[in-house]
Amino acid sequence: MLRLLFYLLIVKPFLLLAAGVAVRGRERLPQRGPALIVANHNSHLDALVLAAILPLRLLPRIRAAASAEYFLRGRWRSWFARRVVGIIPVETKGGCPHAEVLGEVRDALAAGEIVIFFPEGTRGEPECLGKLKSGIVWLAQELPMVPICPIRLRGLGKVLPKGDWLPVPFFCDAWVGEPLRWEGDRQRFMAALAANLSGTL
Amino acid sequence: MSVMLTSPVLAILGGVWGLLALATGVAWWIAPAPDSELRQRVRSWWLIVALCSLALTFNRAAALVFFGFVSFLALKEYLTLVPTRQADRRVLFWAYLSIPLQYYWIGIEWYGMFIIFIPVYLFLLLPVAMVLVGDTQGYLRAAGTLHWGLMSMVFSLSHVAFLLVLPQGQYPQVSGPGLVLFLLLLTELNDVGQFCWGKLFGRHKISPTVSPNKTVEGFVGGAATTVLLSALLAPWLTPFGLRDALLAGGLIAVAGFFGDLSLSALKRDLGVKDSGALLPGHGGILDRVDSLTYTAPLFFHFTRYLYF
Repeated sequence: MLRLLFYLLIVKPFLLLAAGVAVRGRERLPQRGPALIVANHNSHLDALVLAAILPLRLLPRIRAAASAEYFLRGRWRSWFARRVVGIIPVETKGGCPHAEVLGEVRDALAAGEIVIFFPEGTRGEPECLGKLKSGIVWLAQELPMVPICPIRLRGLGKVLPKGDWLPVPFFCDAWVGEPLRWEGDRQRFMAALAANLSGTL
Repeated sequence: MSVMLTSPVLAILGGVWGLLALATGVAWWIAPAPDSELRQRVRSWWLIVALCSLALTFNRAAALVFFGFVSFLALKEYLTLVPTRQADRRVLFWAYLSIPLQYYWIGIEWYGMFIIFIPVYLFLLLPVAMVLVGDTQGYLRAAGTLHWGLMSMVFSLSHVAFLLVLPQGQYPQVSGPGLVLFLLLLTELNDVGQFCWGKLFGRHKISPTVSPNKTVEGFVGGAATTVLLSALLAPWLTPFGLRDALLAGGLIAVAGFFGDLSLSALKRDLGVKDSGALLPGHGGILDRVDSLTYTAPLFFHFTRYLYF
């Protein structure tokens, strides 16, 4: 309930004013869980935008994988991130096995949820796709039946870039690509994903 | 204070709705596919006409908020299109904040501030904000593009809204919404007229490098239609006699043409076809208000100088 109000009364009006995201290929968005939404990552707004462009009825099933070190710092931020935004905390330090880091993400998908996942692992320079980490391959291998929906975002890194708190309005775009599935070839999978997220398809 | 409504405004708005219904019928007939560009374009026109009708008939505050919002969307689309420096984020934020102020000056009818706020104060102050940030790489380009955007999207467009507060009862049949309706209707019909005349009879390109679809025949036919419409509508909505009605029609036709060309040149410079995706079938909001950025200030000062 709190999440629904937060999205309807704050996130959606704010995004409409500050971003105004034009969605291309809306018909390719998943209509039910489980689904893995993967996108390039430049702004704190990315996860909110992705949750807001999906059908509202899916909202209770949407989670976003997010850095545990950042979002679980402080009691209020942690409560807000978990309860209102609905994050799944992920340790991004590295060095641990995938099953340990992404286990909760896999379990959420197995339970039919829609998970927003940024394969770059962190926010990078606007309009410049960073190196994709291997976590996405592990997830795709673990759950080969879960459709992977690639979405390229543009402009949000200008609205609210890394290291700034003041949002400045710009129009933004979201391109929804054809769903990807794991077919056993790691290199082809990563190439297709990178092409979708950088718009060089 | 609510806007004084005269019945000609309502009658002509009714005529616009009728015309649009007719256009919708024609579009259904010649373009049966529901997602064809023509059908999308007509659907967007319904949205524009509905919002303008509401803004013009509700009250002055609603109209000011509406036109302020149009300025906001136009400036946002412009700043999305042109290259901006990350160092100027805060300066751009201040530039956005100038919109409510500019429309506030109109609300309190402070003409002196309305007319110099952007051309003088912001022209001087925003570069100061940029200098304080301290990035000199691309300084002239950043300051220049920002001021161009503010002048076109905020200063020029806000002249539409100042028409609302111009009449003070000197001419009993003339109301603010009437003047705005006259300007908007003639500007948009001039666009449509030049487009239709060009489609039907266009042979000689008028500006091959900037906008290859524009033709001498389209311009002349559209301008003649606009002058004629001006003469027909002026007695109902404006204080103009016949001579000034013809002049105003000609002014809007020529200004609208160059406003359109000016934005075409900008889009060509940046290598984009449409300015955005806000109005399906039209493109972005700049594709719709391009002519208005020229007609609004010129029509406003023509009217104010001669009559108010």
